[in-house]
Amino acid sequence: MNAVDLIRSAVKNSLRSKTRTILTVLSIFIGAFTLTLTSGVGTGINQYIDTTVASIGADDVLTVTKAAEDSSEGPVEYDPAAVAVDSPNSPPGAPRFSLIALTTDDLDAIGAVDGVLSVQPQLSVSPDYVQVAAGTAYEANVGSFIPGMALDLAAGAEPDSDSSDYEVAVPVSFVTPLGFTDDADALGATLTLAITDVTGTQSELAATIVGVSEEGLAGSTAFTANEVLTEALYDAQSVGLSESSKDSYAQAVVRFDPTGAEEDLTTLKAGLSDLGYTGTTVEDQIGSFKAVIDGIVLVLNAFAVIALLAAGFGIVNTLLMSVQERTREIGLMKAMGLGGGKIFGLFSLEAVFIGLMGSAIGVGIGMLAGMGANAVLADTLLADLPGLTLVAFDPASLATIILVVMGLAFLAGTIPALRAARQDPIESLRYE
Amino acid sequence: MSLPVLAARDIHKSYGRGATRFDALKGVSLDIQQGESIAIVGKSGSGKSTLMHLLALLDNPSTGSVELSGRDASGLSGRVVNQTRNETFGFVFQQFFLTPNTSVLDNVTLPLQIAGVGGAERKRRGMAVLEQLDLADKARNKATDLSGGQKQRVVIARALVNNPSVIFADEPTGNLDSATGTVVEDILFSLQREKGITLIIVTHDEDLAARCDRRVYIRDGLITDSLHAVPATPAAASTVSEVRA
Ligand SMILES: Nc1ncnc2c1ncn2[C@@H]1O[C@H](COP(=O)(O)OP(=O)(O)OP(=O)(O)O)[C@@H](O)[C@H]1O
Ligand SMILES: [Mg+2]
Repeated sequence: MNAVDLIRSAVKNSLRSKTRTILTVLSIFIGAFTLTLTSGVGTGINQYIDTTVASIGADDVLTVTKAAEDSSEGPVEYDPAAVAVDSPNSPPGAPRFSLIALTTDDLDAIGAVDGVLSVQPQLSVSPDYVQVAAGTAYEANVGSFIPGMALDLAAGAEPDSDSSDYEVAVPVSFVTPLGFTDDADALGATLTLAITDVTGTQSELAATIVGVSEEGLAGSTAFTANEVLTEALYDAQSVGLSESSKDSYAQAVVRFDPTGAEEDLTTLKAGLSDLGYTGTTVEDQIGSFKAVIDGIVLVLNAFAVIALLAAGFGIVNTLLMSVQERTREIGLMKAMGLGGGKIFGLFSLEAVFIGLMGSAIGVGIGMLAGMGANAVLADTLLADLPGLTLVAFDPASLATIILVVMGLAFLAGTIPALRAARQDPIESLRYE
Repeated sequence: MSLPVLAARDIHKSYGRGATRFDALKGVSLDIQQGESIAIVGKSGSGKSTLMHLLALLDNPSTGSVELSGRDASGLSGRVVNQTRNETFGFVFQQFFLTPNTSVLDNVTLPLQIAGVGGAERKRRGMAVLEQLDLADKARNKATDLSGGQKQRVVIARALVNNPSVIFADEPTGNLDSATGTVVEDILFSLQREKGITLIIVTHDEDLAARCDRRVYIRDGLITDSLHAVPATPAAASTVSEVRA
């Protein structure tokens, strides 16, 4: 029997007992459908995290802090130097007490570490308010735009770090409050930022709005300023500070070669920690979050796989019945010279075909259901998280689902197929 | 005499073991020449089908050997045995063994499909043999929808489709009324005459057996008698038509 005939016969045979085949296909369908949705949710959330990561920071950047000497467990000893970060540079939410401020000497030391391309202090600025023309003033956070980071933009462009003009991107939630009709309307307008120094003097700076940023998961509602604007704000804020206080920073930003091997990064981090610094990439920060998502998705996938295993037994059962019913036919074909290997192929192909039907239908309908869920959720539950597509489909993982199900079906089919292949033709022909 | 196409050399066949052991054949020897028609005759349960299955290489004897053109079949590889059954032998079993819900044509061309013959060629040869058996108009029907006599002709068409040189027929007329039975017999014997096919017919019908070149009587697993028909003139046929072998 040639390959085409083998496949055609297998397909034809599987459609012979329709009810039975449909029920088996249905059980596989349920497993494949669930697996499509659960892995789709995993893909969707991870994609979202990835775009968010890109908007938080560049992939060639390490945030360096100086850890308190004692990072071991147990009570931490008092270190007079550890309170030094009592400067305006401590980032909001940073664990102040365990950090030691970085000085210019520290920056030089960090810059000398192997693999460090450049080191810059991270300037932390906290303006009093932002305002457009004579409109309402709002409190706002301002973050610095690091070249290489991708801002999730609703309109316009990213602030240009090489530009000598003050440029800023406003979060989308500020567009209407600031008095613009829509995102595009905001572009090109002038934003006034007010900032107070230590002596209590308030100064104002004017920046051009070049972009409107989406609110990411971590992107929050911060304004994104380009380098010159950040520096200008910092200078305005630092008026009256002693030189040493002005030049002490909570964090420094280190650039490295992102194309290098993973080990290079490890060496770089080791080099930093030898000097008492801690370097973390954005991925390190987000990594733990991803691990939780992956864990949840894994558990969900496990349920789907259990459903598929149950379906596998369904295939075994269906085909065993089929082998039983077709005992005489198998005997006849063997008597007429069909080898055991071909008989095995005939039944395992039938199993694989049933698996293909179940998984293809499951994946197809799973995708439709996922897209439907996305459409509904985008306007309701997830309306506050623009940019999040809850169920996303990755062709590779969909193909994997189909292939895995077909593989499982093949495995399930081997039991009945072996039984058929080993049948004695004479006994089969005598079978009533 | 020339080399027999098939030969049994003192074959024994027993089923089961211990207390339930049953000796179906107890030492059978038989030579079958190319082109002859031979009837294996005996009561029910005497071991006719068992002998036929052994000669057709469907089963292995417990002791003794079956020779295919002088070669011991037990020395042949499974692939060669399968190929022989597929290309050299044609089978008509005691039951029809037609695949339900499958067309007459597909049933008839099953041996060709097993041989790996392509679809178009299969159809051409299948239709040719159906034509020969007056069944061309039934080619598209489901095999199970035919009458008993038609089914038997389909089964014969299936045995002929691969142009075998040996046809094994187990009770080919057992299920048929005498008129239809005669038609089927005529088809088989004309094929034997025209194409030189070797015909091995298992039957308990004396009339059918009498039309064969040779009759082998079997009882309780032993050959009791072997009669040669005289290739007689029509006049002599009814009188002294038999001689002891
Ligand atoms: N697989 C088996 N196990 C046990 N006994 C068997 C088996 N196959 C056949 N027999 C026995 O062997 C004997 C011969 O069987 P066989 O089928 O050859 O008879 P037969 O001459 O063809 O009879 P019939 O004319 O009824 O077809 C019978 O008694 C049968 O019960
Ligand atoms: Mg019999």
